[in-house]
Amino acid sequence: MSQDTVIFDQAGIARALTRIAHEILEKNKGTEDLVLVGIRSGGDHLARLLRDRIVEIEGVEIPLGTVDITMYRDDISSRGTLPVGKTEIPFALDGKKIILVDEVIFTGRTIRAALDALIDIGRPDCIQLAVLIDRGHRELPIRPDFVGRNVPTARDEDICVFFDHAQPIEVRLVKS
Amino acid sequence: MSFRHKHIIALRDLSKDDIEQLLNTAESMREINNREIKKVPTLRGKTIINLFYESSTRTRTSFEIAGKRLSADTVNIAPSNSSATKGETLADTALNLLAMKPDIIVMRHAVSGSHYFLAEKVNCSIINAGDGAHEHPSQGLLDMLTIKDKFGRLDGLKVAIVGDITHSRVARSNIQGLTKLGSSIFLAGPPTMIPPGVERLGNVTVCATMKEAIQDADVVMMLRIQQERQGKTLMPNAREYSRYFGLNPQNLQYARPDAMVMHPGPINRGVEMSSYVVDGSQSHILKQVENGVAVRMAMLYHVCGGTAVE
Amino acid sequence: MNLLIKNGRIIDPTQKLDQTCDLLIEKGKIKEIGKNLVTTAGVKSIDASGCYVTPGLIDMHVHLRDPGLEYKEDIVSGTKSAVAGGFTSVCCMPNTKPAIDNKAVASYIINKTKAEGFCNVFPVGAITQGSKGESLAEMGELKESGCVAVSDDGHPVKSSELMRRALQYAAGIGIPLITHAEDLDLVGAGMMNEGFTSTELGLKGIPRVAEDIATSRDVLLAEYTGAPIHIAHVSTLGSVQIIREAKARGVKVTCETAPHYFTLTDDAVRGYNTNAKMNPPLREAADVAAIKAGLQDGTIDCIATDHAPHHLDEKDVEFDAAMNGIVGLETSLPLSLKLVSDGVLTLAQLVEKMSCNPSKILSLGRGTLVVGAIADITVIDPAMEWVVDADKLASKSKNSPFIGWKMLGGARCVIVAGKVVDSRS
Repeated sequence: MSQDTVIFDQAGIARALTRIAHEILEKNKGTEDLVLVGIRSGGDHLARLLRDRIVEIEGVEIPLGTVDITMYRDDISSRGTLPVGKTEIPFALDGKKIILVDEVIFTGRTIRAALDALIDIGRPDCIQLAVLIDRGHRELPIRPDFVGRNVPTARDEDICVFFDHAQPIEVRLVKS
Repeated sequence: MSFRHKHIIALRDLSKDDIEQLLNTAESMREINNREIKKVPTLRGKTIINLFYESSTRTRTSFEIAGKRLSADTVNIAPSNSSATKGETLADTALNLLAMKPDIIVMRHAVSGSHYFLAEKVNCSIINAGDGAHEHPSQGLLDMLTIKDKFGRLDGLKVAIVGDITHSRVARSNIQGLTKLGSSIFLAGPPTMIPPGVERLGNVTVCATMKEAIQDADVVMMLRIQQERQGKTLMPNAREYSRYFGLNPQNLQYARPDAMVMHPGPINRGVEMSSYVVDGSQSHILKQVENGVAVRMAMLYHVCGGTAVE
Repeated sequence: MNLLIKNGRIIDPTQKLDQTCDLLIEKGKIKEIGKNLVTTAGVKSIDASGCYVTPGLIDMHVHLRDPGLEYKEDIVSGTKSAVAGGFTSVCCMPNTKPAIDNKAVASYIINKTKAEGFCNVFPVGAITQGSKGESLAEMGELKESGCVAVSDDGHPVKSSELMRRALQYAAGIGIPLITHAEDLDLVGAGMMNEGFTSTELGLKGIPRVAEDIATSRDVLLAEYTGAPIHIAHVSTLGSVQIIREAKARGVKVTCETAPHYFTLTDDAVRGYNTNAKMNPPLREAADVAAIKAGLQDGTIDCIATDHAPHHLDEKDVEFDAAMNGIVGLETSLPLSLKLVSDGVLTLAQLVEKMSCNPSKILSLGRGTLVVGAIADITVIDPAMEWVVDADKLASKSKNSPFIGWKMLGGARCVIVAGKVVDSRS
């Protein structure tokens, strides 16, 4: 743990989320047809914070959902059974612009699974991706639309986002 | 805490944690069943053989749908009576099926314990869809999920089970599972249908009358009476059985006002339950069927992952 | 051929003998027992220091499966197994194919034993023709051709009338009758003892009363007819009580139990172990205690194995489909010796139950070391430690619930009619 590097403190995360909220609104020219879907678990907390910021900026509360991607993983046989969480998207996705939210993008496989899950549930107009950290090493042609910070990492390093009661408090680079 | 069992043969073999995990997963699976596209790719490329030595439309269909919703390839095999008389043993049948490289065999068999025998012969996962008078774990789990849906818990509930306990694998799985999750079980039935030592199977009380069993019960679970199985010696006839052990709106009043009524099906209307109760507001019988698919998806999911860990 | 057994602890209840000394065999008979026996040069001697020297053990209840079911066992493999277990004589039950219900089959067994057997084999004939429970077998001719008893073992005589007549008829001829006491209606489709374990495993149970009712009936019929009766494989507390009371009333009843009934309970069935499936079934702790008490107070006269070999294919199946029975010849002695180390029996009582009493009940003219008797002798090493290994069993069949068990005690040397028998040849 002595080799940990703090990438983001609480204030840094807050500033990054505020910027991302602005960028989302700018790119989509407002909140029309916009929905937020966070990837369980972590991305769902960030998605809720983004929704709160959009309320502050635009005065509009956009729909918020959660997707669990366990059932869409491509590594079930090698990972053993992982607990399956609930997918909760209490609104139709057809014709919506989905902002998919995750903490960290790495190989891109989680996002691939989430895209499959969303497309099984409905037919959105488009899906955009917002992440707090992009650490590189992509294995699939997937690119985030909104990034809190790009952090170059080695493969054996890890990025950890720490939450306290669903509030992100710190992001660390952990060397193994 | 991860699920580490390669097979699911009996709830007796599972811990409280294992059962809770299966129930939690089943709750997540239910969301898939409510989608327009009821399919996820989780078990893509996995092969599931449904090997049913006893006919069962309900359980087999439920397992088949569960497998298909998880994108597994499912094959149904019902060894005909003729192949049984030709003398192919269960072990030989299993070895032949293994040549098809299944990942899971879901089996129903008339002989108690035959799944343990099969598990020694094959390298795939085994799920018990009912063995003799031993256990029927998927039924037990779906019953528990249905109860949990209504009360939000299983701990501290009074569950009455009425009928032929001796020949009931449903009763045994429920006794094993419900006891582990903290329910109290009260049994009633003619003494000819109460097996010796059943109190020691779990948190079980054997009651002298049906009234005593369902008094203040949160759940009243009725078992199917099969004239062909109970024969001529366990009870005089369906008419007299129904008089003393049938559930009707009158004796249901002994239970708590919000008590739920359950039955593993298929129901003999007018024998173990009157139609007023079957179709009444307290009946959760169709909920049980609906939960069956979700529970079986959870079972398939957990044994499939478990294989790789070992 | 003469033989000197030196320094063994010679135990012969028929002479109330228990002392460490020598025993001399001459021309197949016991010649002399005494301290420091000297013989002429060239007489072979066996050092039995630390061993018990007893009358040859007799197992009055085995299934040799010959003729007809030789894939399970035959007279050669069965007698090899007997010798490996320390037995010098076995009595084979008539449920062969065809059944031992006529002179031809009895003679076949006797002749084959003479030619190829490793120990004495005394056939037990059938009570009814084909053991079908319909009409009496030719008990007179069976006796003349060498059968030492009659029994429909495995197929209890259902008709009380037929059993009554069989007892009367057998008594007239002077052939002992051995009954397999079970009420088949109560046995039904039962697979194991009815109790908590059967409830938990969901297996159909056989209530103890199925045995008790039949024991009671047969004891009462024996009492009524005045004929002697021997009850095979007693397994329940109830039967022990019934027999104890009958003996007290003077009924001519004797009985046997098997090592598994005083060693195992129905817990052994857990895991659906088909090698714990037998008939009568393994019972519960109270029954095991009653069996031991019955052995101790003399209610139970004999220990017999009910050696029942079955092919792997008949046991390596689902529980319901598995055949009943276990092999027992090679594990009987150490399991029974444990009764001595546990203080249930004295050594002399054990020898009575495994040799003297079977001989007496069936008039075999053995089971004793008196001078002049046939020299059937077992030299038992009580300190022999060994593990039951399926591959090393002499029996063709390996269906034992004791595979892998650590055993203490075994036969060091088996002498049949004065000759040391080497079962390994």
